[in-house]
Amino acid sequence: MKGKKLLNKTWKENAVTYGIVIIAYIIIQIMVQTGNISSLMKGLLVPVCVYVIMAVSLNLVVGISGELSLGHAGFMCAGAFSGALFTKCMADTIGNPVVCFAIAVVVGAATAAVFGILIGVPVLRLQGDYLAIVTLAFGEIIKNIVNALFIGRDENGLHFSLKSAMDLNLADGGEVLIKGPQGITGNPRVASFTIGVILILITLFIVQNVINSRTGRAVMAIRDNRIAAQSVGLSVTKYKLMAFTISAALAGVGGVLYAHNLTTLTALPKNFGYNQSIMILVFVVLGGIGNIRGSVIAAAILTVLPELLRGMNDYRMLIYAIVLIVIMIFNSAPAIIGYRERFMERFKNKSKTKEAL
Amino acid sequence: MKKVFALGLAAAMAVSMTACGGSSSEETTAAAGAGDTEAAADAGEAAGDAEGGEAADGAAFKIGAMGPSTGSAAVYGIAVQNGAQIAIDEINAAGGINGYQIEYQFQDDENDSEKALNAYNALKDWGMQILVGTTTSTPCIEIAGQTSADGIFQITPSGSAVECTAQPNVFRVCFSDPAQGAASAQYIGEHGLASKVAVIYDSSSVYSSGIYEQFAAEAANQGIEIVAAEAFTADSATDFNTQLQKAKDNGAELVFLPIYYTEASLILSQADAMGFAPQFFGCDGMDGILQVENFDTSLAEGLMLLTPFAADATDDMTVNFVTQYQDKFGETPIQFAADAYDAVYAVKAAAEAGNVTPDMATEDICNALVEAMPTISIDALTSIVGEQMTWTAEGEPNKAPKAVMIQDGAYTAMD
Repeated sequence: MKGKKLLNKTWKENAVTYGIVIIAYIIIQIMVQTGNISSLMKGLLVPVCVYVIMAVSLNLVVGISGELSLGHAGFMCAGAFSGALFTKCMADTIGNPVVCFAIAVVVGAATAAVFGILIGVPVLRLQGDYLAIVTLAFGEIIKNIVNALFIGRDENGLHFSLKSAMDLNLADGGEVLIKGPQGITGNPRVASFTIGVILILITLFIVQNVINSRTGRAVMAIRDNRIAAQSVGLSVTKYKLMAFTISAALAGVGGVLYAHNLTTLTALPKNFGYNQSIMILVFVVLGGIGNIRGSVIAAAILTVLPELLRGMNDYRMLIYAIVLIVIMIFNSAPAIIGYRERFMERFKNKSKTKEAL
Repeated sequence: MKKVFALGLAAAMAVSMTACGGSSSEETTAAAGAGDTEAAADAGEAAGDAEGGEAADGAAFKIGAMGPSTGSAAVYGIAVQNGAQIAIDEINAAGGINGYQIEYQFQDDENDSEKALNAYNALKDWGMQILVGTTTSTPCIEIAGQTSADGIFQITPSGSAVECTAQPNVFRVCFSDPAQGAASAQYIGEHGLASKVAVIYDSSSVYSSGIYEQFAAEAANQGIEIVAAEAFTADSATDFNTQLQKAKDNGAELVFLPIYYTEASLILSQADAMGFAPQFFGCDGMDGILQVENFDTSLAEGLMLLTPFAADATDDMTVNFVTQYQDKFGETPIQFAADAYDAVYAVKAAAEAGNVTPDMATEDICNALVEAMPTISIDALTSIVGEQMTWTAEGEPNKAPKAVMIQDGAYTAMD
């Protein structure tokens, strides 16, 4: 009986998260249809989806598995480039852009997952700060490999080089697909808000179900007490690797969406470097570690905020930084938490006394 | 868990302090109000059959500009912002375009495609009719697709990658990368400067690797042997000893540097320290090397570069521009500022040739300007003195790169 109640509660919690996303989607669609939305906001819709997916997937590692990963942008990069490469190669053959995009998402997720396993196997033996530093390094490695990669194609098939586009030795009529640091250009922009929201819902579905599954409980048990979990026979490496890989695959999905929102895809420190990883971590931390709904809301607000502040001119980023600090203090300073609790209690008491009267 | 939190907190601080230390600025040059009537009357004549005399109703051209005003490429974005500002102030003071004043706004694109889209959309919300931008190549390719879809005329001061002008509505003021690479190889070959050449280039920059590729292709035709082609990336742009050593070991007589002046100044100092003194040859990105702080300019003696603009040229136009720039912004303008200045004047000339008025639909403005661009010729800061600058219908400027050599700490023209 009690178990059923608990299940009901988590189900309700999850439904609220889906509800928020769907309601936000409907409201924005109405605004778009009636023309009540600026081009700036319209342009931000897909990036918001990307960062929501990134934050939710990182929360699986940081919140549920309790490991600090600073290489999340690296997986996004792997997904973005493999997805965009797939589209570039196959767009003409497949024809229908949506079908092509759907396959690109699967390809991107699979590539990112492979990187996740490759990195996870050695890295997850480490804990705490060490793990954070190693993931940071791996994220940079992925970015740098992509930056050194040249891929071209002609009638003889694919050509690879790590030196320059000329070393590909392409036959006449050959086409350079990935041009090293200049990345992939000329991809169609097929990502739309609807696709983004569908991907968010899929991500939420996967993450929330993983958390509430046997696997999720095992992962959390390992997080809370590694030795106790081991003593009851849970394989620490297996469960940690599972959470890490799922998170990487979902980051790959975010990357594919990112790549298909731009016609030029380059791996700069700005978009796939460690700054980006930390930015995503900020979304997770501000939204509440382990709180999926919080990640969704924080990612959406913090992506839109710096753009809304464009009117502030030179003070834009200063104000953004101050807002971040204020939210952080409001969320986690003990004195303020105490004050908030007292305030809430007084409010509760008041309504109780009112009821009594 | 506590540690995770602490690190997270620290990370958030770090991000807010450094990673996104961006900003944007907005400069609106409003119509001057009084004194407009006269200008408007002129416009009536100039515009011919257009609704003459109605210009005083406050309509104005809305010109947007964008570029990185924060981050590592901020120098270029700010130069474009300021250069365009000077041109627009001059035009407004002289009565505007076809009698209409210009309103101007600049947005920060952080040299990133994603952020560039946001900046572009912000300008669109403001009502931009003509885009002078973007400053750097990668965002430019992204934005060119957008302006083409939206029907907004775009002229980039300094987006030099080939793909930048692939769309019919996009023109540029600077040379394209291949044009510079081929021109450099031809110059070296025709003047017999060297037969063994080493190249040090930035493989993470579209500009640098674009020039290098064309240089390598043309070098073969000119009988130049490339004995070493060494790359570096933006992450490793401080120590060039390995690259220089390789160039030295392979007996390079000339080192070709298709890079920006910041790295070039380091290369020159490090080559000097290891006693390697070949001929150095650069492109337009080398412009500005004499202004580098704490750089011994005697090291740059004998350096050759192809540049369309030299801040210490003595013709009236350059002197006037440099003086105004120094008065307003307190520094010597670089080539990007001059490009932006020329871009605004090109827009003016095309708008006058096409009888464009601000009350036209943005797409009509775009079509009229695109049609007018190949017909105009303007006196430009970045063309050779005495020659006017023209454009092809494909969006490329017709101007010859000009070789200069640094002698006694100043540019000396070469033939």
